Amino acid sequence: MNSTTHAVIRSGLLLGLIALLGTALLTGVNALTHDRIAEQEKRRVLQQLNAILPAASYNNNLLEDVVEITDEALFQHPAPVTVYRARMDDQPVAVLMAVTAPDGYNGDIRLLAGFDNSGRVLGVRVVSHRETPGLGDPIEIEKSDWILSFMNKSLLNPQAGGWAVKRDGGEFDQFTGATISPRAVVKAVHNALVYFDANRQSLFESDAKRPNRDNG
Amino acid sequence: MAEQLKQILVDGAWRQNTGLVVLLGLCPLLAVTNTLINGLALGLATMLTLMVSNLSVSALRGLLRPEIRIPAFVLIIASVVTVIELLMHAYFFDLFRILGIFIPLIVTNCAIIGRAEAFASRHGPLASLMDGFATGLGFCITLVLLGALRELTGHGTLLAGAEMLLGEWGSYLTLTIIPEHPGFLLAMLPPGAFFGLALLIAARNAWQTDEARRPARPVSNLNGDNLIGDNRET
Repeated sequence: MNSTTHAVIRSGLLLGLIALLGTALLTGVNALTHDRIAEQEKRRVLQQLNAILPAASYNNNLLEDVVEITDEALFQHPAPVTVYRARMDDQPVAVLMAVTAPDGYNGDIRLLAGFDNSGRVLGVRVVSHRETPGLGDPIEIEKSDWILSFMNKSLLNPQAGGWAVKRDGGEFDQFTGATISPRAVVKAVHNALVYFDANRQSLFESDAKRPNRDNG
Repeated sequence: MAEQLKQILVDGAWRQNTGLVVLLGLCPLLAVTNTLINGLALGLATMLTLMVSNLSVSALRGLLRPEIRIPAFVLIIASVVTVIELLMHAYFFDLFRILGIFIPLIVTNCAIIGRAEAFASRHGPLASLMDGFATGLGFCITLVLLGALRELTGHGTLLAGAEMLLGEWGSYLTLTIIPEHPGFLLAMLPPGAFFGLALLIAARNAWQTDEARRPARPVSNLNGDNLIGDNRET
């Protein structure tokens, strides 16, 4: 074996060794942090859900009592909608739907909308968005109270035409300089409500996506 | 040795400041500095990465052959950054969500591979560790200054969101400097970052020029007087 091949092999092995060490380190740290990260993610989702639906009003495991629905024609979005079902002693209490408004000014606006069993809006929160700061971002609860205007609304209150921003003849305020963001949110919440109203029974009765104790 | 370490500190943090003089790593610098705390968090993460990567590169420098040094640096830096990313995800969850993509992107901060190549591969572990600390400190200070400038002009506050880094009690640290601030959009958006950085660089240059204009300190002092300090008047 000449010295060039020798050097190449040595370099390759050395590089391999460094890669192996790096991988070993990452595997170790991943094993140490994996559970905690999963727990933090869960805690965050639960926090968001409980901001709309108080933890005292249900006693099932909200994070596991989940179904995924797809209705591309209604939601105009290919992604499945996750529905969290809240029950008190196995009686349906409310659903929380993670819907996506596809028509924000800057792409998707991800929302969480809660409806009680009678079809009344418990609350809506924006989970993530890329609307223009200062113009479209009052849809966030941290920026303004606008999102609270959905509280206690239902399919008949206001009537169908009222489920729009004021510029479109509806009941909901738009923002100065931004109509597209609130319009997208109103439409997405309305769609979710329409779906819930039409499928209430089956939503609560269908099996959970994941194996789950209280809903076998 | 102590003198050399001090020299490295001054070089890294001030004379060769990554953000203001060398102008490396500008992408994260401009992107996350909308508040002081965001800047501080990314600054600390970058500083830690620099220290660990410099130390590892320096420890391995005898083994690393020139032809594989760059891929080896990349492997080392990527591993270090991923470890930091996992730890932040687990222990500083809210902050991790805000800084998001910019934590893994520390890998691409050319300042880090630059220090590995230019310094750590040629110096001992202690000097390399110091260089990582100094460079990281310089970068961190720049991020904090720019973050403070933008947060103050954009929101009228300082240290908003400190609880994400420090825990519950951090929320008491938030200072409202300008009450009822209407919000200055330009400072919060990316263009504000460019304006802010330009102002900081200009300020540093002005300081440097001013310093250069002063007469040099006499090397030997015949009268034995203590001349340390401002001697512009003499």
